[in-house]
Amino acid sequence: MGALFLRDVRLGLRAGGGALVGILFFLAVIAVVPFGVGPDLKLLARIGAAMLWVGALLATLLGLDRLFQADRDDGSLDLLIMASERHMLPLTILVKCLAHWSVSVLPLVIASPLLGLFMNMEPAAIGATALTLLVGTPAITLIGAVGAAVAVSLPRGGLLVSVIILPLAIPVLIFGVSASYGAVEDPAPFLAPFLILGAITLFFAVLGPVAAAIALRSSAD
Amino acid sequence: MRLVAEKLGGERGGELLFHGLDFMVSAGEALLVTGRNGSGKSTLLRIIAGLLAQAEGTLRLEGEPAAFEGLAAAAHYLGHLNAMKQVLSVHENLHFWQSFNGRGKYSIAEALERVGLGEIGHLPFGYLSTGQKRRASIARLLTSERPVWLLDEPTAGLDKASETQFAALMQEHLARGGLIVAATHLPLGLAGSKELALGAPL
Repeated sequence: MGALFLRDVRLGLRAGGGALVGILFFLAVIAVVPFGVGPDLKLLARIGAAMLWVGALLATLLGLDRLFQADRDDGSLDLLIMASERHMLPLTILVKCLAHWSVSVLPLVIASPLLGLFMNMEPAAIGATALTLLVGTPAITLIGAVGAAVAVSLPRGGLLVSVIILPLAIPVLIFGVSASYGAVEDPAPFLAPFLILGAITLFFAVLGPVAAAIALRSSAD
Repeated sequence: MRLVAEKLGGERGGELLFHGLDFMVSAGEALLVTGRNGSGKSTLLRIIAGLLAQAEGTLRLEGEPAAFEGLAAAAHYLGHLNAMKQVLSVHENLHFWQSFNGRGKYSIAEALERVGLGEIGHLPFGYLSTGQKRRASIARLLTSERPVWLLDEPTAGLDKASETQFAALMQEHLARGGLIVAATHLPLGLAGSKELALGAPL
C-alpha cells in the first residue's frame, strides 16, 4: 500500500501529472475576483472565505477524472482489481485518493493563506479558512472517487465527473464556508459547522471507496 | 493443482461468444487458446482472471497452494496492455508491482537480466521500443510468484531471440509446477501443450 501511495505521488509530481494545473487554476480564479468585484476592501474581506472555498472546490474537481482513467488506459487497473484478495479494493482506492489529495489538493490548502491576503481577509479568517479547507477538501476527493469510478470507461468523462459529484459536494462547501465565517463573525458558531465538516469527511472516507470499488468492478470489460 | 472449467460460456456486449466449454489444465501443463479474431480468446482469459463474469458454467482452481486464495489471487495476467507507467523508469515500475504483489523468486535485477533488459532498467518506460516494453512486462511475471499465468498474445512485438528466451521462461515456470493459459496465433515453442480451439460455429 505504501508502494501504491509513493507511485501515485511520483506520477503526480512528474511531468504530465497535472498537479500544477489545479493550483494555477485556483490562483487564476482568486486573482481575477478583485478585478471583477472592484476595489471595495470591505466587500472583498466579506466574500473572501466563500471565494477561496469555491475556487478550491473547482480546482479540486479539475483533476479528478484522471484518478482511475490513467490506470485503466495502461492496464494497471485490471491488476489492481485482480489483487483484491491481497489488498481490499476499497483500501486500494482510499490510498489512491490520499495520494491524489496530497499531490493535487494539499498545495491548494497551503496556498490559500497567500490568496487570502489578495482578498483582504483578517488573519483569523485566513487561518480558519485554511483549517476548514484542510479538513473539508478530502471529502471532495473521496466523493469524486465515486464519480471517477462511474465515468472511468467514458473517454471524455471529465465534465461528467464534475456534474455527477457537484450536488454531493455542496454540503461540504456550505459547512466549510459557514465554519470560516463563524471564526470571525460574532453570533455565528465555528465549532458546530466545523465538526459537521469533519464528520462529512469521515463519512465519505468509508462510503466513497466502497462505492467506487463497486463501480469499478462492474465497469470492467 | 488444476484449473477446471465445466460448460463455460462467455459473452461480450450481450452476444454469446462461446458456450459449453470444458477443459482441464493441471500443474505443469500449458493450454493454448486459438481461434480467429473475435472468437472470444481474450474474453476467456479475462473470465479466468475474474475481470469478467462468465455467462454460464463453472470455473475453479483445485488444490491451489495455501498462500493463494482463489483463482484471481493465484494468477498473473499479461493482457494487451503492459500495465506500466510511461514516466516511471522500468525499475520503478517493476519495484511497484513487486511491492504490491509480493516478492517472487527473482529480484528485479535478475528478472530484467532474464528478459535481456539488464542494461536499461533506469530508462523511463516510455522510451522503450514495443518489444522491449513487452519484455519489461514479462519481467513482471517473474518478480512476483503466481502459479497460474494468463497470457494474452504474449509474444506480440517480440523478435525471434526474445521469443526463444520467453519460451525458456515458460518452460521453467511449468517445470516448477505452474500452469499457463495463453491466447495466441503463433506457436509459443512449448512442447506437449494442449490446444483449445475457439470459434467453432455455435
